[in-house]
Amino acid sequence: MSSETGIGASVRRKEDKRFLTGKGRYLDDINRPGQAYGVFLRSPHAFAKIKSIDIAEASKAPGVVAIYTGSDLADDGVGGLICGWGITSKDGEPHKAPAHPAIAVDTVRHVGDQVAFVIADSVAQAKDAAELIEVDYDELTPVVSGADALASGAAQVHDDVPGNLCYDWELGDEAAVDAAFSSAAHVTKLDIYNNRLVPNAMEPRAAIGDFDAGTDEIILYTTSQNPHVARLVLSAFVGIAPEHKLRVIAPDVGGGFGSKIFIYAEETVCAWAARKINRAVKWTAERSESFLTDAHGRDHHTTAELAMDANGKFLGLRVNTIANMGAYLSTFATSVPSYLYATLLAGQYTTPAIYANVKAVFTNTAPVDAYRGAGRPEATYVIERIVERAARDLGMSPVELRKRNFIAPDAYPYETPVIMTYDSGNYPLNMDTALKLIDYDGYAARKADSESRGKKRGIGFSSFIEACGIAPSAAVGSLGAGVGLWESAQVRFNPTGSVTVFTGSHSHGQGHETTFAQLITEHLGVPIENVEISHGDTGKVPFGMGTYGSRSLAVGGSAIMRAVDKIVEKGKKVAAHLMEASVEDIEHAHGVFKVAGTDKQVTMAEVAFAAYVPHNYPPDLEPGMDETAFYDPTNFTFPAGTHIAEVEIDPDTGVVEVLDWAASDDFGNVINPMIVEGQIHGGVAQGIGQALLENAVYDTETGQLLSGSYMDYTMPRADDFPSLKIETTNTPCPGNPLGVKGCGEAGAIAAPAALMNAITDALGVEIDMPATREKVWHAAQSVQQAAE
Amino acid sequence: MPNVSMTVNGKAVSAEVEPRTLLVQFLREKLSLTGTHVGCDTSQCGACVVHVDGKSVKACTTLALQHEGADVTTIEGLAQNGELHPMQAAFKEHHGLQCGFCTPGMVMSAIDLVNTHPNPDEQTIREGLEGNICRCTGYQNIVKAVKAASDNMGG
Ligand code: FES
Ligand code: FES
Repeated sequence: MSSETGIGASVRRKEDKRFLTGKGRYLDDINRPGQAYGVFLRSPHAFAKIKSIDIAEASKAPGVVAIYTGSDLADDGVGGLICGWGITSKDGEPHKAPAHPAIAVDTVRHVGDQVAFVIADSVAQAKDAAELIEVDYDELTPVVSGADALASGAAQVHDDVPGNLCYDWELGDEAAVDAAFSSAAHVTKLDIYNNRLVPNAMEPRAAIGDFDAGTDEIILYTTSQNPHVARLVLSAFVGIAPEHKLRVIAPDVGGGFGSKIFIYAEETVCAWAARKINRAVKWTAERSESFLTDAHGRDHHTTAELAMDANGKFLGLRVNTIANMGAYLSTFATSVPSYLYATLLAGQYTTPAIYANVKAVFTNTAPVDAYRGAGRPEATYVIERIVERAARDLGMSPVELRKRNFIAPDAYPYETPVIMTYDSGNYPLNMDTALKLIDYDGYAARKADSESRGKKRGIGFSSFIEACGIAPSAAVGSLGAGVGLWESAQVRFNPTGSVTVFTGSHSHGQGHETTFAQLITEHLGVPIENVEISHGDTGKVPFGMGTYGSRSLAVGGSAIMRAVDKIVEKGKKVAAHLMEASVEDIEHAHGVFKVAGTDKQVTMAEVAFAAYVPHNYPPDLEPGMDETAFYDPTNFTFPAGTHIAEVEIDPDTGVVEVLDWAASDDFGNVINPMIVEGQIHGGVAQGIGQALLENAVYDTETGQLLSGSYMDYTMPRADDFPSLKIETTNTPCPGNPLGVKGCGEAGAIAAPAALMNAITDALGVEIDMPATREKVWHAAQSVQQAAE
Repeated sequence: MPNVSMTVNGKAVSAEVEPRTLLVQFLREKLSLTGTHVGCDTSQCGACVVHVDGKSVKACTTLALQHEGADVTTIEGLAQNGELHPMQAAFKEHHGLQCGFCTPGMVMSAIDLVNTHPNPDEQTIREGLEGNICRCTGYQNIVKAVKAASDNMGG
């Protein structure tokens, strides 16, 4: 195969032309004939009873088509939003799942909660009318911090959830951990807060509900990472329409990072309202609405303790976490601080005993759910900060301490004490590669140089692991998932030899249209320009589970490979007939079928043509060359690596300069190195953003979101970091046909700990994220004063 | 309703608009030029950047009526006869875009940057793009693309 466009080539992206010329088709670019516009009236209060809503004046405003409140939805039998993963508390009770109406009925529980939906002929008219709605609120005292929510006397967010406790869950062997601590020579303890983040995909969420009265079909255009899952939930649980009468289209989507996995109130209401008014209705979030209502990420308060023997060998890890769920449970919220978090607490180490207790709590804040990495960044952050801290406590090199505890390259499959079986890896190699990239040998001299200029220099490590390729259906089912996590693919040859691949994965920046095409080019010999990837429309592609958890290539790509296998199998039969040979003698490679030991051959294009024009064709074979496959993974995949950050701090100003960044990551086989590097860049940037800049802050008294716009929530910008040095290593994943592990989340998982370890190394004291100038300056001053 | 006339991507256009219509709304809604995006409501993200009389402008921050007689170029007006502008080509070559949502504004800003700072170094590029947020790329490949494009522009 031409190595220029096959596996392993940095093929330039097929999708770029439309994005670069302004021809992308994002949701707000779509308009339906005669469409109306919807605007949500949102709660200005964090917690309040709704005493009354008066829409009389507003209904008379110019252009108003309809105004709906929570009771209209309820009266119409529209169900609430659901959480699709059941977690069982340690006392055997299922997690608490309070009602989550798409529009609040009698109580608002966070600022931005939906109160009414106003539909008018224009956005401006809908906004004007919304201002005329009179809502009489009875304000209540809110609770916003996860830690405060458990205190006695805290506001009760839901009447049916005593003490705001959603679940109290545990994983691991507590007695074994207790025993490890009692025999330990050293114990390191750390309290850390993993700050709340707002995902901030650059395209705000949006939806158009459309209704075809002739066919009774509702068509929902929505900014989704998983349109079939949206259809399933809206049909089976919310009751919008039967599945076959609901088509969900997720067109070009401008970034997701997890935030567009979930089934939100707004798309639900648009789909429902379209039938009510028998007219399309479009809603596009303004950025302030995104801040208030996109599911947020992280927000963990954690206490961790690490027990070690006299040589720094890890004996046991105990972790207690309070996870803030926000006001309601978002679609997969419960799984994030449990099975996506505690199961990764072994990290890259041989720690034999681990116990985690997680209390998930409700507060009067936006719902929290998966955000790039989802649980795994929180786990890596806990482990890598406490390991670094332990090295400092022991006076040992953090590199040496890690190396002493790394799982050995020959130890796979390796079973951790927290129910994961790592399948492959080479952690020391990643560490050594990253050390070389950052020129660790020259670090001491660089540090001395910084000191001579009155600056503080620090270096920080993060040896991360994640579980991707989500996920084996039976395994996640046994852990409470309400769905299977396989993927689908359909490989359709057209009679002239070009190919359309229909995939259940969804691309919102990942470059599937290129990477997936490379698979077809490599294996079936079809020129890459003759391969089209189709995704994002339940009316076109087979039922699929969508894109999140770095799963598209490992699961969706593997499904494509299964479909390719079926094509080859059928192609062999056609080829055998065409060449008058027996099927057993046909060999296939890269789209060429040969009779073994002869020079007779036919191409895939000829075979496909014969299958559609079957004049000369095997009598017992179906015509056509179009195969569908479903792939259910056998295990998670385990990308891992080491990132090293080097910073310089000006103690007089608190300014942290990220001077250098080295990353060595093992993603297994790589299909398109250019795209993989891009994913690392983006992930690390988000991780640096979390560590240095970003923070979703709610006022503890009023529950107002203080960082609710780009004026207050600091997004990483181009001048906030240097260019990164990246290398990949490869231990192929044994679990899937491509040998791939997934790379989408790694940067965001690895980066925060590396950067915070560098900053705290420079400062000599522990601080929490984000390391703002003010916080760093205070820390630097306190160290200075202590020294004087 | 008042009328506004301007040249957009070389074509004379004229339309009645509500006085509160923003330039970005005029382009997207009246002219169906949806390549110019809206990413925020505080003039911070740069997804809406277009060129007005050759200079980059955040189209969400200015009223259509303010541009009577102006010469406006949007992302749709860059490629000539099917040939990508060198900046567009460089973004593709260096993988300077992922989801593509920030891209039109980023490309328009980058062209203005190179026009005003021929041959910029990395720091100049990073600082020059401070008004554009990209959540996907981490900027590294955008910086690379702008550098490469600057070698092919202006000469
Ligand atoms: S839309 Fe964000 S700056 Fe214009
Ligand atoms: S490419 Fe997605 S925001 Fe820049």
